[in-house]
Amino acid sequence: MEIVFQRPKALADVPFHYCSGCSHGIVHRLVAEVIDELDIAGDTIGVAPVGCSVFAYNYFNVDMQQAAHGRAPAVATGVKRANPDNIVFTYQGDGDLAAIGTAETVHAAARGENITVIFINNAIYGMTGGQMAPTTLVGQVTQTSPYGRKIEAQGYPIRMSEMLATLEGPSFIKRCSVDSVKNINDTKNAIKKAFQNQMDKKGFSMVEILSTCPTNWGLSPVESLGWLRENMIPHYPLGVYKDIDGGEKV
Amino acid sequence: MKGNEAIAEAAIRANCRHFFGYPITPQTEISAYMAKRMPKIGGTFLQAESEVAAINMVYGAAGAGVRAMTSSSSPGISLKAEGLSYIAGADLPCVVVNIVRAGPGLGGIQPAQSDYFQAVKGGGHGDYKMIVLAPSSIQETVDSTFDAFDLADKYRMPVMILGDGMLGQMMEPISFPDSADRPTYDKDWATTGTKNKRRANVINSLYIQPEELEQVIWAREEKYREIEKTEVKYESEGLGDADVVVVAYGTTARVVKAAVKAAADEGIKVGLIRPVTLWPFPSEIIAKTAKNVKAMLSVEMSTGQMVEDIRLAANGACPVAFYGRTGGVIPTPDGILEQIRRMVI
Ligand SMILES: Cc1ncc(C[n+]2csc(CCOP(=O)(O)OP(=O)(O)O)c2C)c(N)n1
Ligand code: SF4
Repeated sequence: MEIVFQRPKALADVPFHYCSGCSHGIVHRLVAEVIDELDIAGDTIGVAPVGCSVFAYNYFNVDMQQAAHGRAPAVATGVKRANPDNIVFTYQGDGDLAAIGTAETVHAAARGENITVIFINNAIYGMTGGQMAPTTLVGQVTQTSPYGRKIEAQGYPIRMSEMLATLEGPSFIKRCSVDSVKNINDTKNAIKKAFQNQMDKKGFSMVEILSTCPTNWGLSPVESLGWLRENMIPHYPLGVYKDIDGGEKV
Repeated sequence: MKGNEAIAEAAIRANCRHFFGYPITPQTEISAYMAKRMPKIGGTFLQAESEVAAINMVYGAAGAGVRAMTSSSSPGISLKAEGLSYIAGADLPCVVVNIVRAGPGLGGIQPAQSDYFQAVKGGGHGDYKMIVLAPSSIQETVDSTFDAFDLADKYRMPVMILGDGMLGQMMEPISFPDSADRPTYDKDWATTGTKNKRRANVINSLYIQPEELEQVIWAREEKYREIEKTEVKYESEGLGDADVVVVAYGTTARVVKAAVKAAADEGIKVGLIRPVTLWPFPSEIIAKTAKNVKAMLSVEMSTGQMVEDIRLAANGACPVAFYGRTGGVIPTPDGILEQIRRMVI
């Protein structure tokens, strides 16, 4: 009998702790599939963040390091510099990557550090129960923006892909979404390119993935997908922001 | 060689090939030396975007199994506190140099010992310790650097070398130990990639179950007790018939030695204990000495930090006085002699 669907080898055989309808599970699977397809599990070291994906070190069947909140790109830099032939990726949320760890993110990108960054943008702090993130949209209600994010008080959300694309260091930056089968496939291709670039020693790659957090958005999984399409994609346009191979940009 | 350069060269000879730093006076020569040498020997020198990033790069590199090091001075060490706590919590070996300057805040760049508490009591959050070495000559700085890497690997924990601007800038003739005589350590726990041959390794300090975390912490405490038994280092002089014993470390101990000699010349029976390891602290010899002397005196470049550990060790067996200069002022032999004289009146 032909097996048409199975757990990727790079994904550990343990249940996820993620809420139903959460994008983390989908993206974990995509990363694991890419690791399998590129046959790099034995050389891969993942860096888990602080955030809902903190337990990523239990979920990927590769060597893992757990980093302090926001420090994953610095930790990954240390890992990569120690063994440059290994493949090193970070997996980070928006609070981790775009607030407390902004400096680490920007400078790893500026150095062109030869690592792969998987960036989960769900416009909220998931793990701590739904506070405002640097990516929270204007008007979006969160625990710490209970009247909606106001420009006068809380300023504007950060578009990380656009910002990092202004740097010379990165080789590839793309914003994707996992709200549909088509977009999930597109995300997987982007993740694959981001890993392949590292194998080809092209330097820093980041895939930003617009993601859902039904629990803290206060929506059902299906409603969340709608909210992402209607509100996040207009503010965070999908597409390639940087590609040194000359791919078409947004 | 200057103290700072001696530390850098000693680290390289101790097979450290990964250095992550951020400039701050008075330790910049360490980075400058590493920047020159590392590229020539296939090593990594990386000027990080902050001390926070530098210590986390050390975390990553140490977790990946290589000898990694960072150096800074007081305000930078405050920023490294988070990383040090994670490094201790993940049982990673690394060496951190603190060429202490006066604080708090931006303070001043002159020599100080006011980071004693931060170094020996943790600095970062949680139940953890660092081994803290406090050399008082350039040769000892070199030897301490070799020891620091070995101790870090042996016990899988951060080791701090605590100096000050005086030691960092001072020049003395030195010789380097031979790294070939040193033990090597198997790091089968490191994230070097499974190569599809073993189960995945995880570097982590998170434990969700309180009982599990408690067990991990107590196991680490056991290691600390072992270190307290076996790794204490100190130098002593004239303890046999002393009425007064002065305790001092690092740069201050050099000044104290001159004062002790002057006091002895005046006929005062005075001895010296110079802790080389600040943690583990030489509590045993202090406890023993306290029972045989009239008084002890702690001399520090701070408002009185190590004196608390001396009093704990002495446990009331004798009075423990304190004399300190701070803010970057180095105590003079005369100032210390004056204190010693007062104690024997
Ligand atoms: C230094 C520090 N500050 C704050 C926290 C608390 N904290 C844990 S996760 C988190 C936010 C995570 O949000 P995000 O990065 O967006 O990831 P998500 O949970 O949404 O996946 C915060 C603030 C922490 N663990 N460490
Ligand atoms: S809180 Fe949000 S981000 Fe976290 S697991 Fe649940 S749905 Fe996912």
